[in-house]
Amino acid sequence: MHHKTIVQLSAALAAGECSSEELTRAFLERIERFNPPLNAFITVTAESALAQARAADQRRRRGEAQPLTGVPIAHKDIFCTDGVRTSCGSRMLDPFIAPYDATVVERLAAAGAVMLGKTNLDEFAMGSSNETSFYGPVRNPWDLEAVPGGSSGGSAAAVAARLTPGATGTDTGGSIRQPAALCGITGIKPTYGRVSRWGMIAYASSLDQGGPLARTAADCALLLGAMAGFDPSDSTSVDRPVPDYATLLDRPLAGLKIGLPKEYFGEGLDSAVAQVVEEAIAEYRRLGAETVEVSLPNSALAIPAYYVIAPAECSSNLARFDGVRYGHRCEDPKDLLDLYTRSRAEGFGSEVKRRILVGTFVLSAGYYDAYYLKAQQIRRLISDDFRRAFEQVDVIAGPTSPTVAFNLGEKVDDPITMYLSDIYTIAVNLAGLPGLSMPVGFVGQRPVGLQLIGNYFAEDRLLNVAHRYQQTTDWHERSPAGF
Amino acid sequence: MSLGPAEVAKIAHLARLAIRDEDVPAYARNLSAILELVEQMNAADTAGVAPMAHPLDMAQRLRADAVTEPDQRAHFQAIAPRVESGLYLVPKVIE
Repeated sequence: MHHKTIVQLSAALAAGECSSEELTRAFLERIERFNPPLNAFITVTAESALAQARAADQRRRRGEAQPLTGVPIAHKDIFCTDGVRTSCGSRMLDPFIAPYDATVVERLAAAGAVMLGKTNLDEFAMGSSNETSFYGPVRNPWDLEAVPGGSSGGSAAAVAARLTPGATGTDTGGSIRQPAALCGITGIKPTYGRVSRWGMIAYASSLDQGGPLARTAADCALLLGAMAGFDPSDSTSVDRPVPDYATLLDRPLAGLKIGLPKEYFGEGLDSAVAQVVEEAIAEYRRLGAETVEVSLPNSALAIPAYYVIAPAECSSNLARFDGVRYGHRCEDPKDLLDLYTRSRAEGFGSEVKRRILVGTFVLSAGYYDAYYLKAQQIRRLISDDFRRAFEQVDVIAGPTSPTVAFNLGEKVDDPITMYLSDIYTIAVNLAGLPGLSMPVGFVGQRPVGLQLIGNYFAEDRLLNVAHRYQQTTDWHERSPAGF
Repeated sequence: MSLGPAEVAKIAHLARLAIRDEDVPAYARNLSAILELVEQMNAADTAGVAPMAHPLDMAQRLRADAVTEPDQRAHFQAIAPRVESGLYLVPKVIE
């Protein structure tokens, strides 16, 4: 049962082949057995999962089931869950029991999905390897010596190891797509504004966007359909109808124009990864698509601009963690300043502190124009690059990550090298575009992801383009040995 | 831009982060390396380019000036480190 996709599980539930309670028990047992080596879950909500499963079974008996009713999922522990610890991978929020549900959590629950638990992540979603979590690193089910990617590493590892059929994630600079690539699954970061950020703990507010991770594009279509849509509680939520993604998956690819950015295939890309990506692109040609070279000339500026904008927004967002109203407080503060500075020093890990300090510096008096304003101007240049490319092509394709999963500990002491692992994903966030990663092969035993980038609100097209590939290939069906 | 220990201490104060003296050199090194990375931006000519603060050109939505939130003080204070009589407790501010 655990090898079935969400689409298949949904059909099995509808056909009465199993109940949601049986399914939920089966996944909870798998989590109990396989989570210890992976550390993919921070919290398992077994009791409430079974209660939700029984409620889903009753709902189905009443004839009120939707496609996700009774399907188990997991939430990245960055989404607030009423009455359940929401840690964001940080000691700061280790004692935090969220007093309300995030809109994403509420919508998936309303669709009848069952929450198995909360998945591990880089602290406050700041990282590309899931090694900055207060709860310890997550391991990659394809190779326990390898990182799963980050920051949604727990969600990606859990899906890849079949501990859950689908999970939520968030993506500020690649945090859905990069772990999806490194764990051999499918994940989509929607257009900025497509999925509500209400109750999603903020890292960099102008870049953060929630989305699903699952085995296939068809599964992501179902999850995204339930997650997306206007939310008055999020001031940046876009009021625009959500297409029925699941019914738009089968459109043929004949005539599709795929742009290949020359900057994404140059220096820095591992040659074995390049070869796998080229083979996937050749498959698209066989499916009737036309490929053309495009240029995104300002690509090299994306990481520098991101490491101004994201830390600036992070330093401002994380100012709220002051040890007063919720979260960690130091022992015996001698005065208010001591309470703030020590609570924050004890509550945050070193990568979060680095980003807060960088952000504080670039926003400080005298430096704003040289750093923050300059970065915002570069953001415009990058966005204009994509705008010009989408005048020529329907989607853009390339590698998700320059390498396959690296080893635990390999980059953890060198922030700059770690930052470079997001070289192909960050520009998409700066422009606010949707991007998807899906598995297209392996180098050794470690998976390779293909990234597809679409125009604003073209999630339906990305899911369709990925789905057609998955109809004629079986990379998405491979599962790691031992799980 | 290279940051020295005094600058790191000043930024840490602005950020309300206590940093141990022995950790200052490592922060100075890391932060300087990050600033060196971001200064690659200077290679781009951005004269006359309008800064982009937000990915979608949209106006900030306004809502009616009406009370929409119920009182949940007790609910929210249940997760506070220290409260008393509905107040958040912090060290004495005025001697």
